[in-house]
Amino acid sequence: MLAIAPGPMLSLTPLLCAAIEKMTPAISISNLTKSYASGLQALKGINLEIRQREIFALLGPNGAGKTTLINVVCGIVTPTGGVVVADGHDIVHDYRAARTKIGLVPQELTTDAFETVWATVSFSRGLFGRAPNPAHVEKVLRDLSLWDKRHDRIMTLSGGMKRRVMIAKALSHEPQILFLDEPTAGVDVELRRDMWALVRGLRERGVTIILTTHYIEEAEEMADRVGVISKGSLILVEEKTALMKKLGKKQLTLYLREPMVVVPAALAAWRLELRAGGNELEYTFDANESSNISALLRRLSELSIVFTDLNTRQRSLEDIFVSLVSERA
Amino acid sequence: MNIAVSRLAFNRHGVWAIYKFEMARALRTLWQSLFTPVMSTSLYFVVFGSAIGSRMTAVGGVSYGAFIVPGLIMLALFTESISNASFGIYFPKFTGTIYELLSAPVSYLEIVLAYVGAAATKSIALGLIILVTASVFVPIKILHPLWMIAFLVLTATSFSLFGFIIGIWAKGFEHLQFIPMLIVTPLAFLGGAFYSIDMLPPAWRMFSLFNPVVYLISGFRWSFYETSDVGVGVSLAMTLGFFALCLAVVAWIFRTGYRLKS
Repeated sequence: MLAIAPGPMLSLTPLLCAAIEKMTPAISISNLTKSYASGLQALKGINLEIRQREIFALLGPNGAGKTTLINVVCGIVTPTGGVVVADGHDIVHDYRAARTKIGLVPQELTTDAFETVWATVSFSRGLFGRAPNPAHVEKVLRDLSLWDKRHDRIMTLSGGMKRRVMIAKALSHEPQILFLDEPTAGVDVELRRDMWALVRGLRERGVTIILTTHYIEEAEEMADRVGVISKGSLILVEEKTALMKKLGKKQLTLYLREPMVVVPAALAAWRLELRAGGNELEYTFDANESSNISALLRRLSELSIVFTDLNTRQRSLEDIFVSLVSERA
Repeated sequence: MNIAVSRLAFNRHGVWAIYKFEMARALRTLWQSLFTPVMSTSLYFVVFGSAIGSRMTAVGGVSYGAFIVPGLIMLALFTESISNASFGIYFPKFTGTIYELLSAPVSYLEIVLAYVGAAATKSIALGLIILVTASVFVPIKILHPLWMIAFLVLTATSFSLFGFIIGIWAKGFEHLQFIPMLIVTPLAFLGGAFYSIDMLPPAWRMFSLFNPVVYLISGFRWSFYETSDVGVGVSLAMTLGFFALCLAVVAWIFRTGYRLKS
């Protein structure tokens, strides 16, 4: 009965698939709750949609529920309530299809000490139901600078190398959605840069990436969107740039030649404050009203106020994060 | 189409990956895995077969040395199946690598199949090696080879399942030793591995019939020499019953996530 018009049907299918793929979120979480036997409520009704091909950073203090959230989506923790759908597949009822799409790099460095790098990565590929593909495993190992170490036992590797092995394992089955739980905790600068490059490369290939991090710098550098989780609730989900614009204040500091006692009345139009015993004049403004700076500088020169140096800084995501979480506390 | 595939699918690559991993673990320690049991079996033969056995009369028309062979194989099968399977699943829990298993698209049935299959393969191989070693010391005949294989496979599988359960239940390495040392070894020694329960006083003999291991050893020995303490049908029923019991416990473990998932 489906085969009435095989021609048009066949030609429509790829288009249809492409359209559906655009519509289906990578991950869709509704009313997700998790209570542990100890009575701890780790997740209190999380609602979140992760878009296809985005880099989503989940921020939150220790114990906020980041790892629990990831572990529920990946099948390691059983949810108490709610629904999670990964690429259109319910993670409980259709777990096989859902999990095939997902790769996970957990926070802890847990590896099979006695296995070789090659064996453990090939094992992961098989475990996730993929036929052996030495070419893909080789590519993953080369991308992660592990190729030279492929015959080494994992216990002989350094911490950073072990972290690379865990990422290689997660990528071995070509997942469409990748979870990175604190990927750069305890990792040196070089590996962190490599990791960021790798994540960007994966996104270009169409992989959706969800990362949790302590390093706000990382979210600021990488993420398209940011979610902040605190005490089991998502308190904010926003485009990173919009968030920075909305909450990011800028500051201009002028180092004065002659210290001031009070801000002159002629400068009342600007939000100015004196710092460092009157030696510094600090101007705080929103990121989108920077045009006022030139007016301020012109006014200062009219008033013959001389400064020796100046400095501007933007309120970082970290400041925003700290103020968000402390507001809630 | 995707849903249909995922429901019907059997993750053969996943099962094979676990099975291969478990077998590789044994091959890495081939020396301990094979030499230790062969060594201890040889010691049993020297002590029970030659030293004591030479002063014993034949049991049911079978020389004492030959009589103990099926019991010795069973003894090795019990302990090795349990230790292989319990260690296999306990170790990932201990190191934390279990995360990967729990997040992989493998069903519980596939996990059990792979771990228990590998553990049973190893203990069956070991049982056969002990059989060959024993044949160096004493003349052995196997009257019902198919039944012998059936009992061998069924016992190895049942005790591997039992070991799998212990591995999941265990909270520390001492737990892995606890049940084999305190329950299985005594039951095996009192279960007629080295004697026929007919040789016991009537009261003690009655008591022995509550020991499930009696039925396993008796059935296995019957397949060699057609001498048995209880009917072979009863033996088979008890073996299948133990198998079914372990299977039910494993099903319960996975349904509830007992000591695997929070």
